[in-house]
Amino acid sequence: MNAGHIEYALYRILAYCNQPSANEFTATARHPAQTIGGRNMSPHQSDLVDRAIADNIALDGAALPILHAIQDRIGHVPAAAVPKIAHALNLSRAEVHGVISFYHHFRTEPRGRHLLQVCRAEACQAMGGERLAKQVTDQLGIEFHHTTPDGAVTLEAVYCLGNCACAPAMLLDGEPHGRLDAATVEALLAEARA
Amino acid sequence: MTQIIPTIRWKDLGTPARVSEREVTLEIDGMSVTVAEGSSVLRAAAEAGISIPKLCATDSLEAFGSCRLCVVEIEGRKGYPASCTTPVLEGMVVNTQSNKLADLRRGVMELYISDHPLDCLTCSANGNCELQDMAGVVGLREVRYGYDGENHLKAEKDTSNPYFTFDPAKCIVCSRCVRACEETQGTFALTIDGRGFASMVSASQNESFMDSECVSCGACVQACPTATLMEKSVIEKGQAEHAVVTTCAYCGVGCSFRAEMKGNEVVRMVPNKDGHANHGHSCVKGRFAFGYATHKDRITKPMIRHSIRDAWQEVSWEQAIGHAASEFKRIQAQHGRDSVGGITSSRCTNEETYLVQKLVRAAFGNNNVDTCARVCHSPTGYGLKATLGESSGTQTFDSVMKADVIVVIGANPTDGHPVFASSMKRRLRQGAKLIVVDPRSIDLVRSAHVQADHHLKLRPGTNVAVVNAMAHTIVTEGLANDAFVAERCDIKAFAKWKAFIAEARNSPETLEAITGVPAAEMRAAARLYATGGNAAIYYGLGVTEHSQGSTMVIGIANLAMLTGNIGREGVGVNPLRGQNNVQGACDMGSFPHELPGYRHVSDAATRELFGKTWGVTIDSEPGLRIPNMLDAALDGSFRGIYIQGEDIAQSDPDTQHVTAALEAMECVVVQDLFLNETAKFAHVFLPGSSFLEKSGTFTNAERRISPVRKVMPALGGKEDWEVTVMLSEALGYPMAYKHPSEIMDEIARLTPTFKGVSFDKLDRLGSIQWPCNDEAPEGTSTMHVGEFVRGKGLFVITEYVPTAERTSRKYPLILTTGRILSQYNVGAQTRRTENSLWHSEDRVEIHPSDAELRGIKDGDWAGIRSRAGETVLRALITERVQPGVVYTTFHFPESGANVITTDNSDWATNCPEFKVTAVQVEPVTQPSEWQKRFHDFSNQQLGLLEHREPAKA
Repeated sequence: MNAGHIEYALYRILAYCNQPSANEFTATARHPAQTIGGRNMSPHQSDLVDRAIADNIALDGAALPILHAIQDRIGHVPAAAVPKIAHALNLSRAEVHGVISFYHHFRTEPRGRHLLQVCRAEACQAMGGERLAKQVTDQLGIEFHHTTPDGAVTLEAVYCLGNCACAPAMLLDGEPHGRLDAATVEALLAEARA
Repeated sequence: MTQIIPTIRWKDLGTPARVSEREVTLEIDGMSVTVAEGSSVLRAAAEAGISIPKLCATDSLEAFGSCRLCVVEIEGRKGYPASCTTPVLEGMVVNTQSNKLADLRRGVMELYISDHPLDCLTCSANGNCELQDMAGVVGLREVRYGYDGENHLKAEKDTSNPYFTFDPAKCIVCSRCVRACEETQGTFALTIDGRGFASMVSASQNESFMDSECVSCGACVQACPTATLMEKSVIEKGQAEHAVVTTCAYCGVGCSFRAEMKGNEVVRMVPNKDGHANHGHSCVKGRFAFGYATHKDRITKPMIRHSIRDAWQEVSWEQAIGHAASEFKRIQAQHGRDSVGGITSSRCTNEETYLVQKLVRAAFGNNNVDTCARVCHSPTGYGLKATLGESSGTQTFDSVMKADVIVVIGANPTDGHPVFASSMKRRLRQGAKLIVVDPRSIDLVRSAHVQADHHLKLRPGTNVAVVNAMAHTIVTEGLANDAFVAERCDIKAFAKWKAFIAEARNSPETLEAITGVPAAEMRAAARLYATGGNAAIYYGLGVTEHSQGSTMVIGIANLAMLTGNIGREGVGVNPLRGQNNVQGACDMGSFPHELPGYRHVSDAATRELFGKTWGVTIDSEPGLRIPNMLDAALDGSFRGIYIQGEDIAQSDPDTQHVTAALEAMECVVVQDLFLNETAKFAHVFLPGSSFLEKSGTFTNAERRISPVRKVMPALGGKEDWEVTVMLSEALGYPMAYKHPSEIMDEIARLTPTFKGVSFDKLDRLGSIQWPCNDEAPEGTSTMHVGEFVRGKGLFVITEYVPTAERTSRKYPLILTTGRILSQYNVGAQTRRTENSLWHSEDRVEIHPSDAELRGIKDGDWAGIRSRAGETVLRALITERVQPGVVYTTFHFPESGANVITTDNSDWATNCPEFKVTAVQVEPVTQPSEWQKRFHDFSNQQLGLLEHREPAKA
């Protein structure tokens, strides 16, 4: 039943490749560009979004590069960025939302000060990754794809870091850590929450 | 004559039809089947009468292949391909039933049902649910997974849309709604949020439907196979028991609908898949906004009063008609034959309109008849008749699917003609180029998957300069279709016109200062129009409602002839008519100078033809137009009027002038559904009947005559045509019609372009595009093929003359007007529906720089003052309008948009210059003087209505 959905997402991504680049950028339409459901962006974030769009709009299939750029620069893709992206790419807000929600990589809420990405793919599982994952959720007191209440750590699952030789593995703020055991993990988490 | 169909389901062939010259023969379940190349196996089977189970497939949408219910076995192929996404091949051998397929399908259904409520008996889709049907078809007997696993059954229902609900608990995520929003409507407001088990339908960014980009066209509701998207009226009333095919009474697209009924009550309106204008699509007005027909404000008893200061008195039909007739006779006796007249309505049927003009010409004995087309498309009639020879659009709506370049001038199809806009957008997504000529950035300029190649953002009032600059470019750059012009057009007139247009004063460079359109952009647009393949022009009231409205229509026709873009599919000159029956009202002789079929009253032969049939002598002098009637009322020579289904006190320019004229009359007879603004000045009120309460025909913008069928008795007891017959008889001119079909038979006898039209033929064909005669017994889809109706196409010189309405220091801004999707015209109908949730007041759009200069913030009260009057609206600050231009709609009477508009009008037809009024806008704190007076008067009149005296028994 999911085959269709995946096909559909692929079809959309392919469709973006054929998008003409925008040649005019005027504020539009029914929704004021910066406010959706009362969720605002700061002027600085709004600028970052504009720049992320401008930097990538000329690419074929600009949607994903724009989303990556926004997440890289702001930390997440704010809902209020969606109308801007939609307008620039000549898409509806719904379509952009569909792409963002399809990929677990894209966050729509601000992330914690630290980002912990635990590999849950086969090789790490074989090397005790699941036990490690449980340790992480227990110690942080949150589920995957959540942020600790103190805003310190956002926990995400990833499926293979290409670091299988050093399984079980994870990334903390982009830094790889391998051959993990309970003690190392505990120390890493304690440091992150300090 | 009403064709009742039981509410059997639409036959759904699973995937859309394919058009191909090549046919493919294959074998399905041992049966040889031949279909067009490119068809799906699912469709081939359905065409042969073999149903393959399916859920995500429906023939209005491209195949998707997600539900896996339509799997089949194909000899020589591995696995079980989905028949919806598998195209037929020559010699293919397909099995649709086997034990293995049955197992697979049952397995799929089991999964679906494991996450679906088991409340069929109390479900609103009960009896009309594809999921329920498929469970039956595949023989589902148990769900081995149980119902306790993770599921969506607690998902919250979205009831924000006033007309339908979205219940995600019942959703099977087939994506039919998402695809309908994209493919059918072209809005792309829906998506699938998330993936895998978490997949769910989301409106925009997980918002309620009301807050999302949804335009409430109903395409998703129509496409939904379950009760997930369901009309609230069906939830409330249950499934219908019969249906009647009829025609929508809103805009000039003229969509065909099935009115689904329970007895005399409409349960829902469903767009007709077989409808020739709409092919199963609809908009928020036609699909949902029919509640006005049974609104409590409907007046169902005739009323009279002696003065407009008196309370109304309810009387019998005979008394009301008798009173009106005696007043008209008295006035004519005292003030002459020409002191009375009538106004026909573009909202009424052809038959009713024909009768009103017949009453005026035969019973009143003058030609004082006019119609609301005066204030919208009268320049179209004039301009197209002069150049091409027929007062009508040249194409079908479907023709747009063959256009390579689409030009939209002074029209806002996504709001004004939404169903046609959806076809246009589909064609644009297929790659057609788009030129928009409009002072405002309408949605077509840039919205999801639509991007105008050129937006000529002209200054209001400079249309003719733009069309001249385009023609100049085409002529001087050698892009004209000389062969077409030489063969099809009047060469002498062309030579004169060519010399004129080639003059440097018509160049884009010279005119740039006037139009505000950069010369390079103008030239590029002209080149695209002339060389981009099939080029079609669509235009609206932004063309006609100007002092040079007729000139602009002529300029458009010149452009089409110059490039040979006329006389075949994919091209042409297409006026988008505002109201359902503007074309028909014009066809039926509603103008004071023309008898039905656009034949001038000065033509003795035509007068003789009608005079003999009607048994009267027809006046050879044209009668008064609406503005002339109003002027004559003020000077005392015009004292009585019969107005059917029109609201001149709101829709016509310079409201204070209109109301003063109405007040000056001695007998104002209004026939309408509601006590509209004009009726507040009336002495006789005759209850009108809605389109659901009568039979007849409407003619849409593509000359398509479609049947209107009575689905419920007239609330006031009489259909509109019956009332006119009664009035005529009381005036001493009896009309012997027993049914509207007999009126159409008379029209057909007297009008060459309608010669072959009859109700029987309409029942048979569904609809007919005129001309329908011996040469074209089933009607004519494309006009001017091979030869123009007038013989040779005539180029007419279009000198640009600026309007007298100019900006000054006192009135520095230009006001232009338009309409919005959810409201319709004067709003008498849509304001009495939930459509007001989208648009509850008219606002004045103003550019941020103009607003800042005046200290106006978004939502502030803004006073708009013109040379004619003043009104106050709340400001909407937007870059849609350009600096120097403000814009508003006119759907609410208290807005007084027409208090500001002036009595300037088109030089040829008196069509008002609604689109250009010089104004000043200032922040204010209270309503204008006019609005206060309006408020008081309106309340007083509503009081007089409320305290009406009941009829004496």
